[in-house]
Amino acid sequence: MVPIQSYLALSAILFVIGAAGVLARRNAIIVFMSIELMLNSVNLTLVAFSAHLGNATGQMLVFFVMTVAAAEAAVGLAIVIALFRRKKTVNLDEINILKW
Amino acid sequence: MYGLTLYIVLLPLFGFLTLGLFGSRIKNEKLIGIFGSGTVGISFIIASVIFVHMLGLDESQREHIETLYTWISTFTGTATSLDVSVAYQIDQLSILMTLVVTGVGFLIHVYSIGYMHGDKGYWRFFSYMNLFIFAMLNLVLADNFALMFLGWEGVGLCSYLLIGFWYEKKFTGDAAKKAFVVNRIGDFGFLLGMFLIFQTFGSLNFDTVFGSASVFSVGNPTLKWITLLLFVGAMGKSAQIPLYVWLPDAMAGPTPVSALIHAATMVTAGVYMVARCSVLYALAPATLQFVAAIGAVTAVFAATIGLAQNDIKKVLAYSTISQLGYMFLAMGVAAFSAGIFHLMTHAFFKALLFLGSGAVIHAMHDEQDIRHMGGLKKYLPVTYWTFLVASIAISGIPPFSGFFSKDEILWKAFSSDYGSVVLWFLGLFGAALTAFYIFRLVSLTFEGKERFSHDTHPHEAPRTMTIPLIILAFLSMVGGVVGIPRSLLGGNAIERWLEPIFASANSKLMISEHNVAWGEYVLMTLSVAVALAGIYAARLIYLRRMEIATAFVERYNKIYNLILNKYYVDEAYDKAIVTPIVNASDKILWKGFDVGIVDGLVNGSAGLVALTAQWLRKIQSGVAQNYAIIFIGGIVFILTWLLLK
Repeated sequence: MVPIQSYLALSAILFVIGAAGVLARRNAIIVFMSIELMLNSVNLTLVAFSAHLGNATGQMLVFFVMTVAAAEAAVGLAIVIALFRRKKTVNLDEINILKW
Repeated sequence: MYGLTLYIVLLPLFGFLTLGLFGSRIKNEKLIGIFGSGTVGISFIIASVIFVHMLGLDESQREHIETLYTWISTFTGTATSLDVSVAYQIDQLSILMTLVVTGVGFLIHVYSIGYMHGDKGYWRFFSYMNLFIFAMLNLVLADNFALMFLGWEGVGLCSYLLIGFWYEKKFTGDAAKKAFVVNRIGDFGFLLGMFLIFQTFGSLNFDTVFGSASVFSVGNPTLKWITLLLFVGAMGKSAQIPLYVWLPDAMAGPTPVSALIHAATMVTAGVYMVARCSVLYALAPATLQFVAAIGAVTAVFAATIGLAQNDIKKVLAYSTISQLGYMFLAMGVAAFSAGIFHLMTHAFFKALLFLGSGAVIHAMHDEQDIRHMGGLKKYLPVTYWTFLVASIAISGIPPFSGFFSKDEILWKAFSSDYGSVVLWFLGLFGAALTAFYIFRLVSLTFEGKERFSHDTHPHEAPRTMTIPLIILAFLSMVGGVVGIPRSLLGGNAIERWLEPIFASANSKLMISEHNVAWGEYVLMTLSVAVALAGIYAARLIYLRRMEIATAFVERYNKIYNLILNKYYVDEAYDKAIVTPIVNASDKILWKGFDVGIVDGLVNGSAGLVALTAQWLRKIQSGVAQNYAIIFIGGIVFILTWLLLK
């Protein structure tokens, strides 16, 4: 059997990669992909614990997380499209009107 | 009967409030004038009724105190607590002062009905005048120092308001300010005296203070300081050296104001105060000497200035200062009733002189320079004759009132244990100067050649103005009757009337009834002779031989200029005191402290906040990812901290 630490380590690495992507990437679509990556890494953690502990609760939570991720991706992309129609760009560095 | 006293004081207050609140809406001048004069007139009638009642009473029963309400009451739990009531003391001295104030005040109010005709502040004038009478009555009727001080300050305020009545002209405002500030310096002395009195006697009540004064011995230093400080107040209020400089400037106010406030009543407040505190002054012979010296010197000093002035009102202003000097001379030689007697006669003839000058100014359409007058007796007969009566009175020619009062002072200055030949001589010299300058004024104004253009058309004043003149002339003529001395077979009624007031003072001074000495007749003859000489000289020079005057001016040019410019005292004060204070206030207190430090601190702290805000706002960059970085940073920090704990 694969030890649970491997799954957790993988999940952590994926989470960090996702976080780095959210903070550092300029393209809004890439930022969304990174967010999805973060969510999925959490899913992996939940499923690993569920299998390890023999408890189905983790898998139940995974369903919720996936649903929310899907809804959030839909709404987020709708916002990006509205933003693109206005500013003709998806470069996050250029979206800075709400400032001093 | 005595309960009516409250109405004497409250009626003018009522007049002030009514006219002050509603006067601007009353369009009928006559109504305002009659109402304003009426309140004072009724006060006079009530005072007269009380006076007549007092005449019938036994000497010991004449003093009475009417309390209105308790003003200040402090409970300290110890022996001394400050209890001051608004209470009025009717006695021989205060009723006399009340009669003078309301009587002469009433005549001047009536005069003002005509004089202030057409002025757009007509209602304001009468309301201020009523307020003045109210304050003055508080001063003379008070039974304690605090209420007297309220009146003291009140008349100073009214003086300011009335001098600066025509507030649109700058010089009247300046004169009003000068009067108030100089007065205030005196008032500071008065306040210090009051504090010392409270500390020494534990009370501000006249009866208490004067009653317990007997425990002190003659020459006690505390009493010396009390009396000196109170006298500083009198120097300011009654225009003695060195605080007289406000009175000539005060002539900028309307003439009835000059007559009432700066001749008959307010300036006499200092004299009244010394008379009231006679017991204290009797125990401080050093102060008495000082008072007499100041009085005598002021009398002569002011008379010399009056010789050269060309403005009719300025001559009278310096004359007032000089005559007040005589009153203080009397006080200083412990001739208290003589001083009060002169106060009374002076009120009559000085008010008359001022009102007469007002009639002249009115007739000459606001010309006040006597060099541009002359020959007015043809056009203003009533004014001329009444003015002449007043001039004879002030010169001290018998049987007019001024003779009896002035002569009593000169006799006491010579003969009293507290007088001296020097003081008497100064008084005599002053009398000569008085006769001279007043008849110079009469000659140049009313007699001789006409020196004005005939477009002026001088005309006699209306009856509301001339009738008070006639009444005052009558009083100036016969008013001396109450003070005919025993040497002239009179009963000296006024001295006997006031005797109970000054009894304890006189006993401390060990003044006894002098028998009539032949010296008194010699002095009397001398003073009349000197006065007649002065009158003769003035009429000789100014009616027939003007060249004597012009030659004198040319030959003694420096002295003449010195006198004409009032010995440059105002300029000296300005250089030594006023300008340094104004400069210090301007450069140090205003620009240095107020603008620099206070404003600097306030604006500086605001500036500091602004700078910080400028710097901090850059955090809000608008880029969402920057905010996210800060989130992550915070989370990492917290997690590490929790893990390491």
